Amino acid sequence: MKSHVALMAALSVALVGPAAAQTKDANAEFEKFRAEMEESSPAELFEARGEELWKAKRGPNKVSLAESCDLGQGLGNVEGAYVRTPRYFADADAVMDIERRLVWCMVEKQGFKFEDIAKKPFQGANDNNAPDITNLVTYVASGSRNMKFDMPLHDAKVRDAFETGKAMAAYRAGPYDFSCNTCHGTDGKRIRMQNLPNLATSEGAIRGVQGWPGYRMTGGVMLTSQWRMNDCFRQQRFPEPKYASQAVTNLIAYMTGNANGQLYKGPGIKR
Amino acid sequence: MADPMKIRAQMKGDVAEIRILMGHAMETGQRKDAAGNTVPAHFIQTITIDVGGKRVVDGQTGTAISRNPVFGFKMKGAKVGDKVVVNWVDNKGDKRTDEATVA
Amino acid sequence: MNTTRRTVLKGATASGVLAGLIAAGALRPTQVLAADWNKAAFDAKDTSAALKGLGAGTAAESKDLILKVPDIAENGAVVPVDVTSNIPNTSSIAILVDKNPTALSAMFTFANGALPDVSARIKMGQTSLVKAVAKAGDKFYVAQKEVKVTVGGCGG
Repeated sequence: MKSHVALMAALSVALVGPAAAQTKDANAEFEKFRAEMEESSPAELFEARGEELWKAKRGPNKVSLAESCDLGQGLGNVEGAYVRTPRYFADADAVMDIERRLVWCMVEKQGFKFEDIAKKPFQGANDNNAPDITNLVTYVASGSRNMKFDMPLHDAKVRDAFETGKAMAAYRAGPYDFSCNTCHGTDGKRIRMQNLPNLATSEGAIRGVQGWPGYRMTGGVMLTSQWRMNDCFRQQRFPEPKYASQAVTNLIAYMTGNANGQLYKGPGIKR
Repeated sequence: MADPMKIRAQMKGDVAEIRILMGHAMETGQRKDAAGNTVPAHFIQTITIDVGGKRVVDGQTGTAISRNPVFGFKMKGAKVGDKVVVNWVDNKGDKRTDEATVA
Repeated sequence: MNTTRRTVLKGATASGVLAGLIAAGALRPTQVLAADWNKAAFDAKDTSAALKGLGAGTAAESKDLILKVPDIAENGAVVPVDVTSNIPNTSSIAILVDKNPTALSAMFTFANGALPDVSARIKMGQTSLVKAVAKAGDKFYVAQKEVKVTVGGCGG
């Protein structure tokens, strides 16, 4: 425990450490090859699986999501749905991000059990297949490729989720007295070779939401924004939220709201 | 059943650029799973590309190719509408053949 | 490699013997489609043994063989490699990583208009020299570059 504290102290120093120039070079080198990586992203494989799932009649009710699920853009329409969520859904009386909404449709329309989906909602490192929900999110996100983020912040309920998310990002707790903002609330911080975005700014927020859902080179797995938020909780040594919780939607709303107006490039590739 | 490949073949001037994305675990045979057991090697060994009915690339690959492999090739003498046929076979005998058209 | 057998197969196709061979289990149909996997070369632990397996004893460095790799890789699991040969009559290109458990990553043979140009993504266990080896006529050429493999930060 003590050594952990020391490690974290060392890490916080490294966040503003002296090796900035070296990091800059390394990042320039990463960027150079990023375009080549994005040119053919394995995310496309998951997108294709998601499209099949979207159109297939599934679940105890044997209906397809394409014929039963409204992502906020009309029944069965995936175009622009990703960049316009989180949003308020009257039928569920809740503000939902796209993953939560898809889970809701799978439960309410197709008749799947939430517990079954929540059993393994994310792909584990080196698992051969991603869960259906991840493939679905990836397909839906591809329907917003090259569109601008346009989360309906003018809606009072969405604004509420955004403000709650903002407060959560600043909330310090856990054994290390960390908040999201400890790493992501000011400019120019980094962990090891990775620069950390300041999520309070438009430029930082777009870096936070860009590339998700993303194909993670480590382990070769497809992961969603929901997974990323859960992992932030874990990294802060917070208790991890339950799958598809409102807390995660709020954090996603905070970042997406700050990224409004910026271009979304579709499912991406992550280190 | 392996995922279909994603194949793109596009003319850029007089050169056709072919990009292929394959869904494959590409297990090295050196990794251990959560239970500590070695995951057996499972990887693509041969790749062929035929364009317009002619063999243009004959490839052999080992375990060091990344999971969900991506390859890029270039050729002269192809034209819009030519059929591109890509085939892979792995060390367990699993295989996959997919087609695309030069655009 | 296996020129004799492939020639035999070519002749056999017309006479229908091939179908018989396949049915008898003597041949897997895939062997007709693709060249046999060069087990000796791919199983070789080090670069020189792998090159030997490919029939390439000595390879001369060449500026006309262009190897593009990052100086520093964001993730050793996915390192982009691009090889272009401007050496006339290049017929094949191999990609090797000195310090991988087995050195040879891939080998490609080009024909019927294919340019000696390939891009791939490879795994690297650690910082190492990456080599591209091209065959032109009966000569071999090499280009090499070091790629540093970094340790990662958090989930991006």
